[in-house]
Amino acid sequence: MWIALARAWLSRHTGRMPSVPISPDAGPQVVLELLYRLKVRDVMSAPVITASPRESMRAIQFRMRDNGITGVPIVEEDRLVGLVAISDVIDALDKGRINEPAEALMAKTLIVLEDDMPLAFATTYFNRYSYGRFPVLDRSGRLVGVIAASDIIRALLVAMNEEVQRLEERLSERLAAEAAARPPDGMTRLSFPVVRFDFENAGSASAAIKKELKARGIDPAIVRRAAVASYELELNEVIHSLGGTISCAIGEGRIEILAEDRGPGIPDLEAAMREGFSTANEWIRSLGFGAGMGLPNARRVSDDFSLDSGPDRGTTVRVIINY
Amino acid sequence: MLVSDLERRFGYRAVQGEFADRELSGGYTSDLLSDVMANAKADSVLVTIQAHKNTVAVASLVGIAAVVVCNERPIPDDMIEAARAEGLALFVTAESQFEVSGRLWPELGTGSGR
Repeated sequence: MWIALARAWLSRHTGRMPSVPISPDAGPQVVLELLYRLKVRDVMSAPVITASPRESMRAIQFRMRDNGITGVPIVEEDRLVGLVAISDVIDALDKGRINEPAEALMAKTLIVLEDDMPLAFATTYFNRYSYGRFPVLDRSGRLVGVIAASDIIRALLVAMNEEVQRLEERLSERLAAEAAARPPDGMTRLSFPVVRFDFENAGSASAAIKKELKARGIDPAIVRRAAVASYELELNEVIHSLGGTISCAIGEGRIEILAEDRGPGIPDLEAAMREGFSTANEWIRSLGFGAGMGLPNARRVSDDFSLDSGPDRGTTVRVIINY
Repeated sequence: MLVSDLERRFGYRAVQGEFADRELSGGYTSDLLSDVMANAKADSVLVTIQAHKNTVAVASLVGIAAVVVCNERPIPDDMIEAARAEGLALFVTAESQFEVSGRLWPELGTGSGR
């Protein structure tokens, strides 16, 4: 009977309701900043309670009960080889296989997170896959922690409290800054904030710029060149900068795309302009970025291209395309 | 050949089938999004294993008509939603990129490239 009840409980909690009800797609800027500033390692539980592949499901069931946990990574010689979730234990009880070794029943195809990924990645994974937890590996592939939705929610609550307090103190200052924002003149001016590692929204500035250019009836070949330049500059800010803006001024026969970031600046400008050179890390490359073609692509489609960068002033790239 | 031929004649499974059917201009095979931006033609088909929302963003920026995801890579829900919002046809197959490119080449080869 308790198995049936547990099943009902599980199915209620593994439905399509997001397990972390915060979206890296939308939301207040301050929450988005937190999602990208906090790393998986800041939030995960460590050290991890593990088991060997030869331990019985029964032993794992007791370990879960004694430690109040719902998932146990299976590790052999420091290497993650599988995971037993509480649902696997229930399944084993149900089928009379509770005395079998973990390796016979564990999940072997695992989705893992890396410890230096931003928290936004973790929330996306929780909402995309209905797993209760993900193992966390370091750069060398060693298991260093486990992250559950409750870890994220706890960390976010603490960080949000601190952030709200800081924001309240700065509220009047902010309102004054907004009032000082200049109204647009005859040309169309667009400006978009870009957040570090925000791959969920990456491309939204470029999409809006493209839409505006199309609406003005500008030649599709020109629109494509502007889209390529703005996308490459936008992705550069997402991948390499601490955050910044993409702005665009359209009018009088020219499109000006301006990418300004808050640092850290490009240490070797000559290398950055060379096709194939990239400082992107492995998980960024796994998303299809970091090919070392960003700046060369942007320059190729430009009628005029200028770049200014330094450790004290961040990076500014200006692209002009005439139409 | 038409976008719909990818399913009808080649058997690639449509995971996002809400699109305006049109003639394909060629094809491009790559997993590097900057490379796709630089080299894929408008109205072409992209052959890739890059099953991610950002692939849809790049495809729609350069006007790609269809994406074929190879090796039966799992397609995230947010990628399907993004493709639907853009009217981009999205297919998945167990075939590799080498196989898909080879099968499409006789149909699209002359129109592919830059």
